[in-house]
Amino acid sequence: MSSVQHQVQKKGSLMEEILDSREISVQKCYQCGKCSAGCPVAEDMDYPPSVIMRMVQTEDKAMEEAALRSMTIWLCVTCETCAARCPMEIDIPGVMDYLRQRSYEKGMANPKANHIISFHKAFLDSIDYTGRLYELGLIVDYKMRSFQLQQDVDLAPGMIARGKLGFFPELIKGRKNMTDIFRKTLHKKGGLK
Amino acid sequence: MARIGVFICHCGENISATVDCAKVANTIAKINGVAYSTDYKYMCSDPGQTLIKDAIREKHLTGVVVAACSPRMHEPTFRKAVAEAGLNSFLCEMANLREHVSWVHEKAESTTQKAIDIVRTLVEKVKKNQPLDPIKVPVTKRAVVIGGGVAGIQAALDIANCGHEVVMIEREPSIGGHMSQLSETFPTLDCSQCILTPRMVEVAQHPNITLYTYAEVIGLEGFIGNFKVKVRKKSKSLDEDLCTGCGLCTTKCPVKKIPSEFEQGLGFRPAIYVPFPQAVPNKPVIDRINCTYYTKGKCRVCEKVCPTKAIRFDQEDEIVDIEAGALVLATGFNILKTNFFPEYGYGKYKDVIDGLQFERLASASGPTLGEIRRPSDGKVPEKIVFVACAGSRDPAKGIEYCSKICCMYTAKHAMLYKHKVHNGEAYVFYMDIRAGGKNYEEFVRRAIAEDDAKYVRGRVSTIYERDGKLIVKGADTLLNGRPVEIEADMVVLATAGIANHGAEELAQTLHVSYDAYKFFAEAHPKLKPVETNTAGIFLAGACQAPKDIPESVAAASGAAVKVAALFSNDELTRDPLVAVVNRFGPPLFSTCVGCFMCQPVCPYQAIEKEEIKDRAGNVFKVLAKVNPGLCQGCGTCVALCRSKSIDIYGYTNQQVYQEVVALLNE
Amino acid sequence: MKLGYYPGCSLKGGSREYKESVVAVCRKFDIHLVEVPDWNCCGATAAHNMNKELSLALPARILAQAESAGLDEIVVPCAACYNRLKVTQHEMAHQPELAEKVKAILGMEYKGSTSILNIIQLIEKYILPNLDDHYYRPFNYKAACYYGCLLVRPHSILQFDRAEDPQTMDEAIRKIGGTPVDWEFKVECCGAGMSVSRTDLVAKLTGKVVENALYRKAEVIIVACPMCHSNLDMRRPDVNKYLGVETTIPVLYITQAIGLAVGIDEKTLGLQRHFVPVHLPERNEIVDMPAELVTTQGKEE
Repeated sequence: MSSVQHQVQKKGSLMEEILDSREISVQKCYQCGKCSAGCPVAEDMDYPPSVIMRMVQTEDKAMEEAALRSMTIWLCVTCETCAARCPMEIDIPGVMDYLRQRSYEKGMANPKANHIISFHKAFLDSIDYTGRLYELGLIVDYKMRSFQLQQDVDLAPGMIARGKLGFFPELIKGRKNMTDIFRKTLHKKGGLK
Repeated sequence: MARIGVFICHCGENISATVDCAKVANTIAKINGVAYSTDYKYMCSDPGQTLIKDAIREKHLTGVVVAACSPRMHEPTFRKAVAEAGLNSFLCEMANLREHVSWVHEKAESTTQKAIDIVRTLVEKVKKNQPLDPIKVPVTKRAVVIGGGVAGIQAALDIANCGHEVVMIEREPSIGGHMSQLSETFPTLDCSQCILTPRMVEVAQHPNITLYTYAEVIGLEGFIGNFKVKVRKKSKSLDEDLCTGCGLCTTKCPVKKIPSEFEQGLGFRPAIYVPFPQAVPNKPVIDRINCTYYTKGKCRVCEKVCPTKAIRFDQEDEIVDIEAGALVLATGFNILKTNFFPEYGYGKYKDVIDGLQFERLASASGPTLGEIRRPSDGKVPEKIVFVACAGSRDPAKGIEYCSKICCMYTAKHAMLYKHKVHNGEAYVFYMDIRAGGKNYEEFVRRAIAEDDAKYVRGRVSTIYERDGKLIVKGADTLLNGRPVEIEADMVVLATAGIANHGAEELAQTLHVSYDAYKFFAEAHPKLKPVETNTAGIFLAGACQAPKDIPESVAAASGAAVKVAALFSNDELTRDPLVAVVNRFGPPLFSTCVGCFMCQPVCPYQAIEKEEIKDRAGNVFKVLAKVNPGLCQGCGTCVALCRSKSIDIYGYTNQQVYQEVVALLNE
Repeated sequence: MKLGYYPGCSLKGGSREYKESVVAVCRKFDIHLVEVPDWNCCGATAAHNMNKELSLALPARILAQAESAGLDEIVVPCAACYNRLKVTQHEMAHQPELAEKVKAILGMEYKGSTSILNIIQLIEKYILPNLDDHYYRPFNYKAACYYGCLLVRPHSILQFDRAEDPQTMDEAIRKIGGTPVDWEFKVECCGAGMSVSRTDLVAKLTGKVVENALYRKAEVIIVACPMCHSNLDMRRPDVNKYLGVETTIPVLYITQAIGLAVGIDEKTLGLQRHFVPVHLPERNEIVDMPAELVTTQGKEE
C-alpha cells in the first residue's frame, strides 16, 4: 500500500460505479476474509478477493488502478464459492466481472492475462461469426492470438478419433441477429479488434 | 369559554431543525379559545415546566396542549406539571411533533403545516376534555419469576429478600440454567458451579420463594398489580414429598443411553433422572418419551426399587393459577447448533463442537471429568481451532447482531485448553475482538501473550475431515488475505446466541413484544431497559439479548428493584382511560339495549352484566357494565356497540369528532 | 411426452457422449426432446468476463427462441448453459431497467416465462418415478457425485438443492443401485473455462478433486457438466502429472450411469469417447430393486 495520502474521489469511484450499474454494495464488505479463505485460486492471485474488495473500498485512485491491473480479476474462475459463503451476501464474482470489463475497456489488463483474454476473444469471435461455438476454429484462433502454437496439439488426434472435434462450424440462421447483438454490446466502442 | 395554552417544544434541534416552531406557535395563537401559545427549546426541562405552570396560573388556562415528542416519553412529565399548577392532569394533551413530523419529514413549508394541523386538532380535542380521576387498584405483593437461570435466581432472591413472596417457574427439572453447565467463568476463571450452586440452594430454602420446576406458564390474565398466571406443572411421575432424592432409581433404570441435555449430548442419562448431581431440587423426573414403561407398558423397575414408594406412574399434569402483582421474565437464551453450518460440516463431524459442549468437556463435573478429550475417539486433541462469529454478524445466516459473549468465552476456552494441555496448540479465527468490560481486554491479551493462543484474523471458509484430522481453511487478513490451512484435532464453533426455544410462544401468551430475533423487547433501549411494554412485566438476563453473567445479574437486580418499587404501594393508580357504558336516571337508565355483543369481543373479560330492578326487586333491564379495573381502554367495544352507548374516557366520541372536524376545517 | 431441449455447443462438439446419453435415456423413457430452434451459444464464461450486456443478451435470445416455439419447459443438460440461462432469467426479472436494455439489444420478444430444468431436475421429475419400468441392472459402484460450481451456485438464483453438500445426484445414484460416497470436494471448482488458457491451474484444481474422490474410495466420478467432464477426463494427463500418480478413475455423466442401469449399451451411451477408459468391473448380477426405490415410488407420482 502506498503511504501517500489517499486520493479519494468524490464522484465516479469504482465502488460507486459498481453500486450504480450492478447494484452490488462493496461498502458492505467488513473484511472478514472468508472469500479469500475459500477461493480455490487465491494462492495464485496477486491479491486475494478480500484485498481486491478493500482496494475498491478505499476509493483511492492508485488502489483502484492496482485492482484493475491485477491478475486476480483474470484468474477468478467465477466458481461462486466466495458469494455462496459471504456473510454479507455480496456478489463478489459480480465485482470481478465488472473489474474485468473495465480493465479491458481501459486497456489496463494485466499483460500476464493475455492468454486468458485471447481465449475469451477467440471464443466470442467464434460465436459472433457462426452463432455457435466452433471448437476447432476457436483453438486455431486462440493459438494465433496467444502464440501458444504447440499447446494441446497432442490432444487433437485423440479428439478427432473420439469424434469430438468437428471440422465444420455449425451456422445458425439468425447470424445477422447475432452480429447485431455483438455490435450493440461488446463492439460498441470499437472494442474487440 | 375555553382558555387553552399551547406549548411548542424544539426538543433541542430534533423538532426545530425541520419545523418552524415559532410559526406554529404564532399560527395556533390565532385560534379561537387559545389564550396562550409559545415555543421553547426544552419544554421537559425545569424552566420549560415552570413556563407551563406559570401560564396556567397567570392566564387561568382551562386546558393545555404540549407539542413535543411522543406521549410515551413525556406525557407523565407534563401531566404532573399541569397537576402541580392546580389543573386536572387529564386536561393536558400532547401533540407528537417529533416522531410524527420532524423525524419523518424533510424541512419544508408543508412540514411546518403538518405540525400546525396536528396541534390544531388537539386544541379542539382538549376543549372537550373532562377532568378525570385516576383509578386505584390493589396490588398483589407476589412476584412470579419465569426461568431459573442465574438471572431468575438473582431476581427471585432480591425480591424475596425485600420481604415479598416469589414463585419461581422453571421448565427443566432443575434450576441453574446455562450457568450451571459452564466450567470456569471469564475474566476471573472462578468455577461456575462453585459460585452458582449456593445461590440455587438459597432459592430452594428461602421462606419467601416457592419453586415449581418442570413447569411452564400457559396463560396470563389481568394487569399490573393483579395478574393471574396459569402454570402447567408437568407430571414428574413422582411424589415429591415422599422422595428423599436417594437416587437409587436412577442407577437401576435399564434405559441408560439417552443423550443428556445437560451434557449437551456428550454424556448419557437414564429415563428417570436428575439432570446433574448438584440439581435443585435434587429429585428425579421420568422422561416419559424414553421410559420403557410409558413406551412399551412394561418395566416399573424404579417403582420396585424405590425405598419410599414415591414413583407415581399415573400422575397427571397439574394446572395451577397464581395471583401475582408482577412478573419477571428470565427465560434465558440458547445457542445455534453446529448443524447450522453446512460449510463447517453439517454437524456430521463429531469433533466439530459448539462452545457449550466445550464447557462440558472443560468442566470438572463433565463427561470427561474436566479432561479435554475429543468426542470421536476420546483422544486428547493436540491442536484445537476455535472459530469466533460462527453465525453471529452473519446476515447470510439470518443473524446480523454480535452475540457479545463469544469473544470472551473463546479466549477463555483457548486459555483453559492451554492450561490443561500444555503442549497443545490453540488457534482462534476471529473478525474483531470485542472485549469491552471490566478486565475483559486484559483477559484476552493474557490468552494471547501468556497462554500463547494463536489469533488469526479471518473467517473460516470451510472445514472437512481427512485422516482423522479436521482441515480448517481460513485466511489471514492481516497478511493480505493469505490462505491459512490448519490440520486440527478438534474445532470449537462459537455459535451465535439466539432466543430460547419457545420464546415467541411465551411472549404471545404474556402479550410482551419481541424483536425480529424473538428476543423480548425492552420498553426503552436506554431508559427502560428492564421494563417491557406491558406494565408489571419485567426482563432479566439473556432473554432480552445475548448477555454475559455480570450483565444478566445486573439486569436481574434492576428488574427486582422495579418489582420492589411496585410492591411498595398498597394501591396502584392507573390512568382512567377506560370504557364506560352511559347511564342516566329513570326511566331510560342507559341507551344500552343489553345485546351484549361487546362481551365476547372484549380481550380483557371486563364487561359485566348489571341488572336494573324496580322497587319490588324485579329485574326489568339488563345493561352492560365495564369493570374499570380490568378494562385496558382498547376501544373494541366502542367500535362494536350498535347503540353507541359506550365511550372511552379521554377519547370520547365527541372528542374524536371534534378532532376530525378540526382537520376538515382549514 | 415432449420436452424443450437446449443442447448447447459442448454437447454438439467435445461432449458428444453427453448428448448421446441424454438422448438415449430420454428415448428410453419416452421423452421426446424438441430442440430450441436456431439456438445460439450462451456466451459461457467468456461473455460475462468481457461484457455484461452481451452475457445477458445471448442467453436471452435462446429463451426468446424457446418462447417463440412454444416451449414452456426446457432441459439444459450442460451445467454452464443452465447457469447462464437461469442467471439471465433472474436478472431480467429483477432488474427492469437492465431488462429493457437487453430487450432492445435483442430486438426480439422476451417474456422470461420458460421453466428451465437442469439434467438432475429432469431425472428427478421424469426418469426416477418411472425407473422400475426400465430398471435392468444396478449401477453397483461406489460413486463420487461431483456437482462442481455451476449447478448449485449462486443458490439464491438457482434454488437447486443446497449449496454445500448437495444430495440430489447422490440420491439418483442410490436409486439406480449405486453407493454414493461421502466426500469433501463435490462442490469445489475444477477450473472450468481456464482449461485451455491456464491448464496448469486446471490440473491443480481438478487434481484435488480426483485425489479426494480416490481417498474416499470412489470407483467412478459422476458429473453433470461438460466442462467438469473435460477437465476430469481429457485433462487427466495434466492432472496425473500434478498429482504424480497415474490415476485411472473413470468419469461418467449421470445420464451414462442411468443409461447403463436401464440397459442401454455402452456404445450408444458414448463410453468409448472418453479419454480415461471406462473399465468398470463386471458386477452384473441382476438384483432386486433397492428397497428404498420400491417404497418411494408412490410418493413421487
